[in-house]
Amino acid sequence: MSQLKHVTKGFLKENPTFVLFLGLCPTLGTTGSAINGLGMGLATTAVLTLSNVFIALFSKYIPDKVRIPSFIVIIASFVTIVDLLMSAYTNTPGPHGEPSLYDNLGIFIPLIVVNCIVLGRAEAFAAKNSVLPSLLDGIGIGLGFSFALTLLGTVRELLGNGSFFGHKFIQGDGMLIFIMAPGAFLALGYLIMIMNKLKKKLANS
Amino acid sequence: MEYILIVIGAVFVNNIVLSQFLGICPFIGVSNKVDTAIGMASAVTFVMIIATMVTYLLQQYILEPLQIGFMQTVSYILVIAALVQLVEIILKKVSPSMYQALGIFLPLITTNCTILGVAILTFQKEFNLLQGVVYAASNAIGFGLALVTFSGIREQLELAEIPKGMKGVPIAFIIAGILAMAFMGFANIV
Repeated sequence: MSQLKHVTKGFLKENPTFVLFLGLCPTLGTTGSAINGLGMGLATTAVLTLSNVFIALFSKYIPDKVRIPSFIVIIASFVTIVDLLMSAYTNTPGPHGEPSLYDNLGIFIPLIVVNCIVLGRAEAFAAKNSVLPSLLDGIGIGLGFSFALTLLGTVRELLGNGSFFGHKFIQGDGMLIFIMAPGAFLALGYLIMIMNKLKKKLANS
Repeated sequence: MEYILIVIGAVFVNNIVLSQFLGICPFIGVSNKVDTAIGMASAVTFVMIIATMVTYLLQQYILEPLQIGFMQTVSYILVIAALVQLVEIILKKVSPSMYQALGIFLPLITTNCTILGVAILTFQKEFNLLQGVVYAASNAIGFGLALVTFSGIREQLELAEIPKGMKGVPIAFIIAGILAMAFMGFANIV
């Protein structure tokens, strides 16, 4: 039961996006729609969990001086695996010729390698803990990240396109600026503000 | 003409920070002062040009002849990590004054996604070596332009009255959003 806190902490207390401000590039770059945000979040979760487990397994045998390069190689291998899997299974275009999930995420899939969340958890958690806590930590932080990305994607899609996970329920265009680049910054700024407020309320009660 | 288009496209139209969302972490993290922003921008320029050249050669002469294109991510990031270390050692020996100015930023650059991002984009856009170098240099200038402008605004902001809940990161994002809107004005000029 006590292990469960490793999973739940990722959502609010140690949320990588809203609290720690890590991994901001994919957060802004892939949240034009909720489904893209969720896809990116889950891809990162997969890499994070697998690399956490392997780093926890091998950290005893890795000399301290080449720690960071070794971690990067382990992470890069899992990113390559996820990249190849996604290009095989999520690469079908939509019914009206919309670009596939793989095309939408584009360069952000190989860039999971340099996502500070993954290396950060490897260094701060997996290298110092055993396999099971590291596995749960990877899942927890990964799901927290997916939650943040999906939330941001939902807000941007609702305001910008009037749809929810691709189901359109408001006719017309919506505020297009929210799907374009500036909307990403604006929406995230306001979401962080709301999250700060929520955190303060939780701390006071 | 072709090179001018690459430069304008990368600096203004598809600005790496404000429209491609690469390098957001240093953009938010080291933009409190103009001086540090300039230091970071020059370190990124330096490493980005060298890294793009090296990864281009790696792609052309090792990955492609051996047909191991799927090793791209692993080999690129290893080369970049090694390169940053190498640049740090050489700079310390050859030009201590420059090392003093750029030194603290260099270790941060390995996990700066602009470097790996531009290296991969150079490959995806099928540039040749010279085009790749011009592309890398102009992306670095675009990064510097956005970072220095942003830090200038943030310095002024310290004197402004901001609603309590917006202080710090939230207001930084709102400003970045407005800056991105300004850069949208450059759309369609290339």
